[in-house]
Amino acid sequence: MARLNVNPTRMELSKLKKKLVSARRGHKLLKDKRDELMRQFMILIKENRQLRTEVEQAINEANRYMAVAGSVMQKEVLETALMLPKQEVELEVSEKNVMSVYIPEFKTKFRTDDTNDIFSYGMAFTSIDLDGAVSALSAVFPKMIRLAEIEKACQLMADEIEKTRRRVNALEHIMIPDYEETIKFITMKLSENERSTTTSLMKVKDMVLKQSHNYH
Amino acid sequence: MYKAAVIGDSASVSGFAALGLSVFRETEPDKITKLISRLAANDFAVIYITEPAAALVSDTIAKYRSSKLPSIVLIPAIEGNTGDGMRALHEAVEKAVGSDILN
Repeated sequence: MARLNVNPTRMELSKLKKKLVSARRGHKLLKDKRDELMRQFMILIKENRQLRTEVEQAINEANRYMAVAGSVMQKEVLETALMLPKQEVELEVSEKNVMSVYIPEFKTKFRTDDTNDIFSYGMAFTSIDLDGAVSALSAVFPKMIRLAEIEKACQLMADEIEKTRRRVNALEHIMIPDYEETIKFITMKLSENERSTTTSLMKVKDMVLKQSHNYH
Repeated sequence: MYKAAVIGDSASVSGFAALGLSVFRETEPDKITKLISRLAANDFAVIYITEPAAALVSDTIAKYRSSKLPSIVLIPAIEGNTGDGMRALHEAVEKAVGSDILN
């Protein structure tokens, strides 16, 4: 590992020691964050997969009805039947904080409470398959909203997990070893200086003694 | 108040109009790209897009993946399921875990 480019002084040493302590603490916290994010992510992703399978099945079902409706009715009639919907969906968006990832939550609001308002057309000139398609879609709609919510949550959490993992790795494999090595280098350098001072003092003492008393 | 939209070919998305979602019948990449950015700027929180339509504008969809809103969700078109929606899920797992552990 690369040693940091700093002067080997006591000042730098104490600064580095402080940095090392906070790097270690940060590393531990981030590692905990990563583990918890991962746990939540695994729960969400399982629900996501389940939900997606269900929603895809239901939409395929509705599409089958729609295909039949499209074949027994004229295209224009079909379009006209669905042209002016009675129902309208609005969403209320709030957010939830999961380990500092803000994930959206949706609440649906319908313009009218009447469940039959999804049928925006007269029954006389439309195929029964159209009714089937529309009611199948209506039945799966709450799940579709939940899917939108959970899919976004999974994407955001995957991003955050990736980021956190990089931070953990950078601390663990680069910053902390660098600090440790630099601290070791400075400590060695300082004690080396100390030893060299001691030896030169001893040498000087010898010389002084020799001069004044003629000691050998 | 936020709204929800559906984008795709006419046959696949018409049914959603009855539920009260805003339906956009578009099948051209340029128009879909413009539409998505317009919807994102105009309080649409959820955009459902059919898999074939999404395949045309995958860059645009990837762009919105990391922003909080809108949530863009792939749904099967009338021709059936291409599996793109499920694939996106596997990609998310791979990104988070490092390898695809869902199977």
